Amino acid sequence: MSRDAAAIPRRVRTTESPAVRWLLTALALGFMVLFLVLPLAAVFVEALRGGWGAYATALRDPDALAAVRLTLLTAAFAVPLNLVFGVAAAWCIAKFDFRGKSFLTTLIDLPFSVSPVVAGLIYVLVFGAQGWLGPWLAEHNIKIIFAVPGIVLATVFVTFPFIARELIPLMQAQGSDEEQAAQVLGASGWQTFWHVTLPNIKWGLIYGVILCNARAMGEFGAVSVVSGHIRGQTNTMPLHVEVLYNEYQGQAAFAVASLLALLAIVTLAIKSVVEWRHARALRASTELPVEAPISA
Amino acid sequence: MTSATLDAGLIAPPRRRAQRRVLPGFNLTLGYTLLYLGLIVLIPLSALVLKTLSMSWADFWAAISAPRVLASFRLTFGASLIAAAVNAVAGLLVAWVLVRYDFPGKKIADALVDLPFALPTAVAGIALTALLAGNGWIGQFLEPHGIQIAFQPAGIVVALIFIGLPFVVRTVQPVLEDSEKELEEAAACLGATRWQTFWRVIFPGVAPALLTGFAMAFARAVGEYGSVIFIAGNMPMVSEITPLIIIGKLEQYDYAGATAVASVMLLISFILLLIINALQAWQRRRTGESA
Repeated sequence: MSRDAAAIPRRVRTTESPAVRWLLTALALGFMVLFLVLPLAAVFVEALRGGWGAYATALRDPDALAAVRLTLLTAAFAVPLNLVFGVAAAWCIAKFDFRGKSFLTTLIDLPFSVSPVVAGLIYVLVFGAQGWLGPWLAEHNIKIIFAVPGIVLATVFVTFPFIARELIPLMQAQGSDEEQAAQVLGASGWQTFWHVTLPNIKWGLIYGVILCNARAMGEFGAVSVVSGHIRGQTNTMPLHVEVLYNEYQGQAAFAVASLLALLAIVTLAIKSVVEWRHARALRASTELPVEAPISA
Repeated sequence: MTSATLDAGLIAPPRRRAQRRVLPGFNLTLGYTLLYLGLIVLIPLSALVLKTLSMSWADFWAAISAPRVLASFRLTFGASLIAAAVNAVAGLLVAWVLVRYDFPGKKIADALVDLPFALPTAVAGIALTALLAGNGWIGQFLEPHGIQIAFQPAGIVVALIFIGLPFVVRTVQPVLEDSEKELEEAAACLGATRWQTFWRVIFPGVAPALLTGFAMAFARAVGEYGSVIFIAGNMPMVSEITPLIIIGKLEQYDYAGATAVASVMLLISFILLLIINALQAWQRRRTGESA
């Protein structure tokens, strides 16, 4: 490779002149600073505008604490539900052939392309006072819309594909040779999954879970439609941010927003570590077969 | 492999695809997938479709052709188109720099690209508004020149650029990484300038992915709500996006009107999803041929 590169005259090397490289890098980084770094920095600067004392006061507000609790509760329902679904869907799509498989994969992606507001609306049409089940629910005194179950359902909808779409390509690429070997050696289905499949898909699973969690905690549009905006009861953190912001309590709004921004930073950090570990595992696994023929 | 096939033959009745059904759990996982998909996605979506079909054509048409609704369609699609176009250019640039060049802090820059995926849209909305308002970090330099971005349609475009950027970068990046250097070397050896090589050799290879990223950013932008409403100003006929129209109708208990507008958006989402799928299939064929 290095000999090939040396054989090519310098002026036809396949890269740009240093000036062009520098200019393009500066343009790209400038764009990223303007559109990504500045908004992120603005959240923390605005949150601390009144000092740490005001920041702590804003976060200790009972309504803010209730919003944090509701957001955690919502994610605690939505993420495990979509995790079980994601693993089941990836197992049947990646390990088996059946009619309509690509259609099923498209359907699983569907919630990604539906507007969050439409996602909220469809649950209002099913469970709302004028919806399909509305009269029956009212009779049995069950509240779903403008209550916590509606918020959980809308969140489950918008985070529906996250884990499945991480796992499907991963498990398809890995094939099912190892699982078949485990079966032949007498492992039960559950043992095969637990000892063979799970270690292989571990990183993809973590990746999907953290992205799903970030979206579940941060969802705004869909939750906004079904929540009813009752302070301290059905306001998740993003909705509480909106309420404070519209009441001109900018500093308090940014204080709550800064928690969500921290969540985003932690999510990105974990994601980067997972990608790095996964790339290393991938390198290790591709290096192994090279050695095998030499020793054989 | 042969023993696995044999084993399957002994346990399961030999079927056409018996070899693929060695593993257990097909019925269970497919059944659960279909049940969950039906309960969470398909039945609620069909509620929207059925509610729309129960409306008379005249009512439906009146709901979606009101001047305020039409203005919101024009704004939503126009702003989304501009934002997706900006993202296509900027996203290609960012992906190119991240794949081809080395610079300090590259790993952080790479991780930061996904910020719009991870940052809740409401947080992005108030942060962008704070930056671009007349007294904000950026707004204070623009205001004296008579440039207003916040609370204007231009603000909507800015918010949509923010949320759409990772779609383009993350679809173009892997294609650039896999592109074969040998082709560029061949072009260079045959006397092509760097610009010609980019335009005639690299760009055609990236084009399907770029178009996919563009379509994804556009699709996401059309449905976006959280980041836009804070910065838009939300003036009827001027800066009111379609998702906000749906919310407004719901708040007035106009369920039929909200459903009619939502069904138009849903139809457009379906069409965009099909286009994106076709683009991805095209891209796979492309990369499959070159490999």
